[in-house]
Amino acid sequence: MTKKMPPTPMLDQLESGPWPSFVTGLKRLAEGDEGKAHSGIMKSLLGQLEHSYQTRKGYWKGGTVGVFGYGAGVIPRFSEVAEQYPESSEFHTLRIMPAPGFFYDTKTLRQMCDIWEEHGSGLIALHGQSGDIMFQGCRTDQVQPAWDKLNEMGFDMGGAGAGVRTAASCVGPARCEQACFDTLEAHRTIINDFTDDIHRPSLPYKLKFKFSGCANDCANATQRADVAILGTWKDDMQVDQTEVQAKVRQLGRKEFINQVIRMCPTQALGLNDDDTLDIDNKSCVRCMHCINVCTKALEPGKDRGICILVGGKRTLKIGDLMGTVVIPFMKLESEEDYEKLLELAHNMLDFFADNALEHERTGEMIERIGLVNYLEALGLPLDVNMINQPRTNSYIRTDGWEEEARKWAGRKTSAAE
Amino acid sequence: MSELRRPIESGVPDSKQFMHPALVRNYGKWAFHDRPRPGVLRHVSDTGEAVFTVKAGTQRQLDVFTIRKLCDIADAFCDGHVRFTIRSSVEFMTTDESKVQPLIDRLEADGFPVGGTGNSVGFISHTQGWLHCDIPGTDASGVVKALMDELVDEFKSEEMPNRVKITTSCCQINCGGQGDIAINVQHTKPPVINHALVAGVCERPAVIARCPVAAIRPALVDGKPSLEVDEKKCVCCGACYPPCPPMQINDPVHSKIAIWVGGKHSSTRSKPMFHKLVAAGLPNNAPRWPEVAEVVKKILSVYKADARAWERMGEWIERIGWPRFFELTELPFTKYHVDNWRGGRANLNASAHLHF
Ligand code: SF4
Ligand code: SF4
Repeated sequence: MTKKMPPTPMLDQLESGPWPSFVTGLKRLAEGDEGKAHSGIMKSLLGQLEHSYQTRKGYWKGGTVGVFGYGAGVIPRFSEVAEQYPESSEFHTLRIMPAPGFFYDTKTLRQMCDIWEEHGSGLIALHGQSGDIMFQGCRTDQVQPAWDKLNEMGFDMGGAGAGVRTAASCVGPARCEQACFDTLEAHRTIINDFTDDIHRPSLPYKLKFKFSGCANDCANATQRADVAILGTWKDDMQVDQTEVQAKVRQLGRKEFINQVIRMCPTQALGLNDDDTLDIDNKSCVRCMHCINVCTKALEPGKDRGICILVGGKRTLKIGDLMGTVVIPFMKLESEEDYEKLLELAHNMLDFFADNALEHERTGEMIERIGLVNYLEALGLPLDVNMINQPRTNSYIRTDGWEEEARKWAGRKTSAAE
Repeated sequence: MSELRRPIESGVPDSKQFMHPALVRNYGKWAFHDRPRPGVLRHVSDTGEAVFTVKAGTQRQLDVFTIRKLCDIADAFCDGHVRFTIRSSVEFMTTDESKVQPLIDRLEADGFPVGGTGNSVGFISHTQGWLHCDIPGTDASGVVKALMDELVDEFKSEEMPNRVKITTSCCQINCGGQGDIAINVQHTKPPVINHALVAGVCERPAVIARCPVAAIRPALVDGKPSLEVDEKKCVCCGACYPPCPPMQINDPVHSKIAIWVGGKHSSTRSKPMFHKLVAAGLPNNAPRWPEVAEVVKKILSVYKADARAWERMGEWIERIGWPRFFELTELPFTKYHVDNWRGGRANLNASAHLHF
């Protein structure tokens, strides 16, 4: 059919400039070996994309395409302008879950490239917003053979639709001294326990987990995950006062005060007369700022664990929400700790499956039913860390006050024991 | 046709099999890190072993030839190991300091800008756009490429007050997440309904339920079941479009671009913040979106000049106040900036704190 390169005057303007150009990559695939499938697919795709640029509109529609045994993971795309651009009329994406932390060896990447050159368009996004490898541009009849090979390599399909989605995690203990828990291990443990809910979506709507090793939240979990698991610590942060003094010398006193002392959100820091640091650990909120600036001198404490924020999501339907604290601290080291986390995650999923309205995210459900009902349903203890401040409106029925106060006292006593 | 094969439901693979051996050796044993120069990280473990990471930008939408080129580099310098970041940058790791400069030279020569570390402008996180999405108002890949061409010097240096995370989204669902600067499609006219198709394609109750302002009603049009939109109520969000493609929200002229600032996910210093609307009505001007680039560059230059060390965009604005932000950026302040959404009263100034 079309063996000529389509004219792409608008896209061509995205080939110049210092940043690597995706258009140049698409053209390379289109111009490549005529014997390869991607040559025809990409000529056609470039034609359609140029048409989008000219008319400022998208021309893809969904449909139903899948692989045997799974109900999700392939994003079907059929062209609405297939008559003009027939060879890319079917341009589906396979979402494949990478190893946590996006680690590869080149043998694996090359093998993936070979598979995608044989069965797809040769275009791969590393990575999609959810954290999948996006094998983009596959004809319907090539989806199963491509998937078979990727699956045989040891990779599995990611999530789509109303199910558990592919997770993302920061680099964690693989290359970060600030990681307060093993983000990669937690990611793998949770996701691999939910494969059924990833591959056979039957929830009211999507459910996402993300894992960041500390409050810096490099995995963008707080707003982008229904369940954000963030590292923190309970005891005092670790200080090497000699290194503090070195940092003061390096920055100069005034700059050290500006950049470290004054930037602490809770005024937990002071500079002593001998240029050592005075840390009020009771006021510290484990925000990571001073540790980020003084990477040699300061470190999270030794009693490390996770906090869990629930309810983050993007705009649809009531507006963007941040996750809020439902577990201020738990350890995540022993096998029992991991089992506890898995049980909690399953309880969260089950409650969501049973109680959310159609197309409602966890955050919207909690907004509708109230955080306290969510906590009670999951059997999670109340904690003052869950709020910014207590209620400001008096319209609340408080006739169970004494019993609730007793419960609180009881929890305090048992925690002290 | 071959016999259908049951999937191996293996989940995610173990990362350690792919990691550079030095990372496996020092897993969980890192002592500290520093940045010898922009684009390079040095992590030192408790055992004293150091790993150098060289970070470079990519186009995210990678053709197999580019991926193989990255593999060649990893084979030549990093024993065949490589990793990607959340924002699609590529990271090469080696224990051999003498390889760092040649690695940088090779990456730059092959067209991959080295940078993105420390207080730089990172790669812009982006969505699928016209290339692959079924509902996009614009093409994220193009917007990102055009902008990164303009911002590459800030990617390659560490001269910002703090890191700058820019996001794009091709519709108002905001799949790009929160950003110091977010560049998002903003529709300005209600959907144009293709009535002939509604009955065949759309589950009408589901579409009605999707509208955040209850503007959609069932209707009979030309004797066929369809939908109608109360155009006075409609906020032009496009939420009805994904479940019902005949509700055409995308328009070459009326789908505009809006700029939001001051969002962050991290809890570092301040609590996480949502980004806030600062500019709208910018044209969806493919292929290089110059009007968008101009506003983004203006905001960045003012932030760079005025913010204190370590203030993220949102923190800087909280300190200087919104009147000063609009004054410095010379952006118009309009009635559309005043929040009237649910809970929006919290965004009004309930105090006698005034800036003059
Ligand atoms: S971690 Fe954050 S809150 Fe704690 S002392 Fe450092 S700057 Fe202050
Ligand atoms: S565009 Fe948004 S507000 Fe308007 S009808 Fe559709 S869903 Fe409702």
